Amino acid sequence: MIFGRSERGKPPVEPVTLKILVAGGFGVGKTTLVGAVSEIKPLRTEELLTEAGRPVDDTTGVEGKNTTTVAMDFGRITLREDLVLYLFGTPGQDRFWFLWDELATGALGAVVLADTRRLEDSFAAVDYFERRSIPFLVGVNCFDGADRYPSQSVRAALDLDPNVPLVLCDARDRESVKDVLIGVVQHAMAYAADRRAAVTT
Amino acid sequence: MSGDGQPRSHWFDDEAGPVVRPYAMTRGRTSHAAQHRLDLIAVVLTEAHADDPEADHTLSPEHVDIVELCRGTPQSVAELAAELDLPIGVVRVLIGDLVDEEMVHVTRPVPPAELVDENILRDVINGLRAL
Repeated sequence: MIFGRSERGKPPVEPVTLKILVAGGFGVGKTTLVGAVSEIKPLRTEELLTEAGRPVDDTTGVEGKNTTTVAMDFGRITLREDLVLYLFGTPGQDRFWFLWDELATGALGAVVLADTRRLEDSFAAVDYFERRSIPFLVGVNCFDGADRYPSQSVRAALDLDPNVPLVLCDARDRESVKDVLIGVVQHAMAYAADRRAAVTT
Repeated sequence: MSGDGQPRSHWFDDEAGPVVRPYAMTRGRTSHAAQHRLDLIAVVLTEAHADDPEADHTLSPEHVDIVELCRGTPQSVAELAAELDLPIGVVRVLIGDLVDEEMVHVTRPVPPAELVDENILRDVINGLRAL
């Protein structure tokens, strides 16, 4: 890790860490998006789950059970010595909702990356974040050869709540991805403000 | 299937090699009982006084690796797992052991909903713009 290297006699700085999730169908470009802004090459971390999707972090009874390794790619952006943002790609397999729950706990927000050729691959992620009340936006990944659809028709196809931002982006492009992430944080701020207002009125 | 037609135990399948060994490290223990599962972005830092982990013979090489990686440099749980190429569940147990031995401490992330200071989010936006 780059940050926190202690100078002689000084305690290392322990950063505030935050995470944003990058969700979307298999092959949509999640790891590409992470890699476009991450200061480290995207790393892969794995969790071992039983077929029922329960985590195997107790070692009793692993023997004889079928387990699946679920990988998550992640990247890191050190915004300041004491402020680090992690980007986690959600697992490719939608069915491991337990792992999604773990990732989503405490997440600042999420990007659902959508591919207009396979929009239905995004349904599960959109649904998940809506149900969990996690602020998210939808990024339509635009790349050579993809058809451009008017935002309204994409919104309709995804049955998006009007409050959910939908943006066009290019997961390969650093500036585009920066804008997407800024959009997520801005949306998260507005979302939190709305909820506070709703509580107090 | 083995020669006598009995299904081979999953444990002895070549493909289970990497599955067996990491859990052998944690010696059949559960993740720290009452403790809520460590977040992937929880930060681990070695205590200043944890001088010589190798002198503690209850610690595995992987425990020692964690102590050394986190010495002077805070590491997230996810990065430790990636660096050591271990499943997250195993790393959580190892970190729990080290916390018990008071060799490392863990700082849990603050859920954004509890971030009292909205300025942090503004700082994130400014930090992203500056990339």
